[in-house]
Amino acid sequence: MSLDHSSDTSARPTTRYGSNSGQALTRRDGLLKVTGQATYAADNHPAQLAYAVMVGATIARGHVTAMDVEAASRHPGVIEIFTPDSAPHFAHDPDEKMPPFGFRLELLQNHSVRYAGQPIALVVAETLEAATEGARLLKPAYETEEARTTLDNGVEFDPKAVGVGGPPSTSHGDLDAAFAASETIVEAEYSTPAQYHNAMEPHAVVAEWTDDHLTLDMPNQALAMSCASYARYFDIPVENVVIRSPFLGGGFGSKAILNGPQILAIAAARKLKRPVKLALTRAQMYGPVGHRGQTWQTLRMGLSGNGRLKAIHHRSISATSSFDDFLEPAANASLPLYAADALLAEHKGLRLDIGTPGPMRAPGEASGSAALEVAIDEAAEACGLDPLEFRLLNYAESEPGSGRPFSSKALRECYERGAEVFGWKQRPRAPRTMQDENGLLVGWGMGTAVFPCPMFPAQARTTVRADGSVLVETGGVDMGQGAWTALAQIAAEALGLEAHEIEFRSGVSTLPDAGVAGGSGHTASAGLALSKAGLNALAKLAEIAANDPASPLFGAGNIGVVPRGGRLVRRDDESRGERFADILIRAKQSEVTGEAKSMREPENAEKFAMYSHGAVFAEVKVDPDLGQIRTTRLVGAFAAGRVINPRLVRSQYYGGMIWGTSFALHEAAFIDHRTGRVMNADLAEYHVPVNADVPSLEAILVAEDDPYVNSIGVKGVGEIGITGTVGAIANAVWHATGMRVRNFPIHIEDILVL
Amino acid sequence: MNLFDYVRASSVDEAVAAGAKPGARILAGGTNLVDLMKMGVAEPATLVDITRLEELKRINWLSDGSVRIGSLVRNSDLAYETHFAKTFPMVAEALLSGASAQLRNAATAGGNLLQKTRCSYYQDVASACNRRNAGSGCDARQGLNRLHAVLGWSDHCIATHPSDFCVPLAALDAVVEVTGKGGSREIPIESFHLLPGDQPGKENALEEGELVTAIRIPADASRFAAHSRYLKLRERTSYAFAVVSAAAAMMIEDGRILEARLTLGAVAAKPWRSREAEAAMIGQMPSKDLFDHAAGIALREASPSGNNAFKIELARRLAARALSAASAGTPTAMPALPGSPLSTFSGDAHVA
Repeated sequence: MSLDHSSDTSARPTTRYGSNSGQALTRRDGLLKVTGQATYAADNHPAQLAYAVMVGATIARGHVTAMDVEAASRHPGVIEIFTPDSAPHFAHDPDEKMPPFGFRLELLQNHSVRYAGQPIALVVAETLEAATEGARLLKPAYETEEARTTLDNGVEFDPKAVGVGGPPSTSHGDLDAAFAASETIVEAEYSTPAQYHNAMEPHAVVAEWTDDHLTLDMPNQALAMSCASYARYFDIPVENVVIRSPFLGGGFGSKAILNGPQILAIAAARKLKRPVKLALTRAQMYGPVGHRGQTWQTLRMGLSGNGRLKAIHHRSISATSSFDDFLEPAANASLPLYAADALLAEHKGLRLDIGTPGPMRAPGEASGSAALEVAIDEAAEACGLDPLEFRLLNYAESEPGSGRPFSSKALRECYERGAEVFGWKQRPRAPRTMQDENGLLVGWGMGTAVFPCPMFPAQARTTVRADGSVLVETGGVDMGQGAWTALAQIAAEALGLEAHEIEFRSGVSTLPDAGVAGGSGHTASAGLALSKAGLNALAKLAEIAANDPASPLFGAGNIGVVPRGGRLVRRDDESRGERFADILIRAKQSEVTGEAKSMREPENAEKFAMYSHGAVFAEVKVDPDLGQIRTTRLVGAFAAGRVINPRLVRSQYYGGMIWGTSFALHEAAFIDHRTGRVMNADLAEYHVPVNADVPSLEAILVAEDDPYVNSIGVKGVGEIGITGTVGAIANAVWHATGMRVRNFPIHIEDILVL
Repeated sequence: MNLFDYVRASSVDEAVAAGAKPGARILAGGTNLVDLMKMGVAEPATLVDITRLEELKRINWLSDGSVRIGSLVRNSDLAYETHFAKTFPMVAEALLSGASAQLRNAATAGGNLLQKTRCSYYQDVASACNRRNAGSGCDARQGLNRLHAVLGWSDHCIATHPSDFCVPLAALDAVVEVTGKGGSREIPIESFHLLPGDQPGKENALEEGELVTAIRIPADASRFAAHSRYLKLRERTSYAFAVVSAAAAMMIEDGRILEARLTLGAVAAKPWRSREAEAAMIGQMPSKDLFDHAAGIALREASPSGNNAFKIELARRLAARALSAASAGTPTAMPALPGSPLSTFSGDAHVA
């Protein structure tokens, strides 16, 4: 992998004094992880631990008619078997949704089977082996109904919402008129497959009850929200639930929402009055813990003679389960990006006998971008324009539809920098015209990346102590992305300290709510709370000092003070100041605490459209005889507000671009439509890229100063790298071969000329 | 996983005695068997652990120049044995194109021969599979089968043998040494794996309780060292089973092919050696046309077993490519991407 950092502009248009943000610190938890000292949920072994194993349905639709509970019970070590006939009671009806994000769940409430892999029993035993064998001995019998897992036999419907509560249809302008006025119309259909999160760490929980207090060791992307939901299922006060989630081996959205198996394990622990551990197997992660739902998309674009987009009509049929709704808002990918006179993005739902899909890294944005960016390439081709030229020609200077200004948009710079580093200018327009010295076909393609920058309500607390120490607390979630590191940098920045000078606590629900680690909004949300909490603590210190005649800062209230290296100093004369600790000691206070709840300024949220942007350029080489494709170069240039830690940000972009490679060329669940079952539910057959599939990656950090997104200027980087990349690779495959593949992932036989 | 007895064998005789009991299975590297036990596909009554048998861990060069590979020799130890890799380069390349570094460090030579098909219906106890459960049917036949067999399949089973290692072994006339209650015997590798016919459960020529003790490659196989290649088409650049693979080797003198070998992998329930294709090249001058012609012969009897007709043409092209690469000469250094068709060009230096 090429790790050329020469293109790093550090993205620091506004260097903030006393700040260690902008520094490429290594992950605070890195040493623990590489030395095996980081304890993941399933590494916990409290005394008296019992082991639970879930039994998943092997049919997609029907009923369980029998299970050999007796045989399983007789197996040595088996303690208890939960089936619909011996199901635990829950205070919340699992067939009802749990606002805001909770789905309908399978908690053994009846004998029906609604998808393959649905939990139909839970076996608890003294050992994992005994529970596993007990589960096998249940040998369920079924009454099977036809599985509906295809576009043909699924049930289409008009959804009330797509994604997380978004409108199913969005439009602006007069679409019919715009198409009528178009000289060229380009239309094509695209499909994206079911994909599964496949976090390295499976969904695991160690549940322990003490009376009606519940402690959970589990990987969790939404600590406070999950506590509230568990409290409702188990009818206990929310403050009785503690979730410890110090380390997550990846989440990608699948650990933000409650799921049936984990709740059943918690219920088992309560009933058995001893701690219970459950860890799903890899295969069991293909069903009850969400996935990226399939889409079938149609893009129709109307173009003027000079290559201006007049109309965009983006339709998606998005798959969901037979009993709940989560629809990939794929068509919405067309909303914020290209200027057109008229646009309609609309969705249909398709009910299938599958587990309910859920948010998976860039939900909607990824699958929508995959189709949109290929369609844009096709439109450019139809107009005889270079794909970059075409994108610049249709550049949205303000938010399409609303006309709102963007809070910041350095997309043009992304195009420029990416194209320059990639060498895009040398690209011949016609496909199948480039070859390398070995006769391999070479193709170059590009795609635009875009992702919204949402923020979630978040809280934090900063305590400055008289002994000179500083404690910073927020219930942040580190899924491997480096939240602990970046958040500590933001907290330290607010205090004018270095990150190593503060004690940073995170990863437990008893700490202030850091919001959801999702939507690429965690750094911005929790970071803003931390920043404000620090400033609030300093304000208290300043007030003490400014009113203390013995302080060098006496009377500085109007002038103002700033933090510098553990001291507060006068803004107008930094030689006058004193240590935080000295202020407290003289005031005979052991500490001051600053707390903050943060949210985006509503006025800014109203006034501005807020997005991160980027441009991705891909080179592929294709063996003309064998159809073997390799992405030999990927260059992405991204602008996402202020960069707190370039190392971590680059790592997120790399991860996104690799994910995009996966989407374009590798990743798909193969469903046997006769049974509705995923037949490649393991990492040997469900392909994600290996290092050799991404031999050269480059992520360029384009500077962007955004005073409106939030006071720390942070947008979000977690998901944007996927968008743009999928299309860039597919377009490069077209450019190499002249073959337009519209169904993802692209397989060898799709480009084989037989 | 079912309850099972565990026996640690301290000699080959002990292993053979324990292995002959009903329901006994031999445990070596465990990279395949343990997975299958977790899936419930394998339910041995007894596991006979042979991993302490030092005599099976050796690579012995015999006085006649042949090599005897103990069945417990790890894939990576064999591939990185310098003399072995120089003498049988396509075997080393095949080994290094397989699985991941971690798996190669654990998986054994004997286990590689005995690995099970990756057919997803075989690996799934909820599916019908004649290979796993005689007479239950074959869900692959009308199911997801784009990577299934195009040669030697039957209505009872369309699974492939997934090995890379066995493909050049078949090309080089390797011999499998086995020991059973009745003593030791040798099985030519070509007769070792069986086509499914109407008894797909009978996967190889081993008699009940027989233990693979070694694999021997004959000395004269070294005459292909200068012109041999293993190529493997796969859906990601490493850590994937072959879509199709090919081992090609030849002896070239004065611009003519004196002898040629061609075996295909991932197209049948056994490595598919084509002696007819080999014969068609003898005495000929290497050329693209010749290799296309020979590859065509190798696939002459191929037919799709499902949604996999593309594999036939793909295998033909890969075989032609492998022959062409072999005729151009064995790379002097192992390609950075062993087995990759992207490593077939421009001589020795292949930069990953």
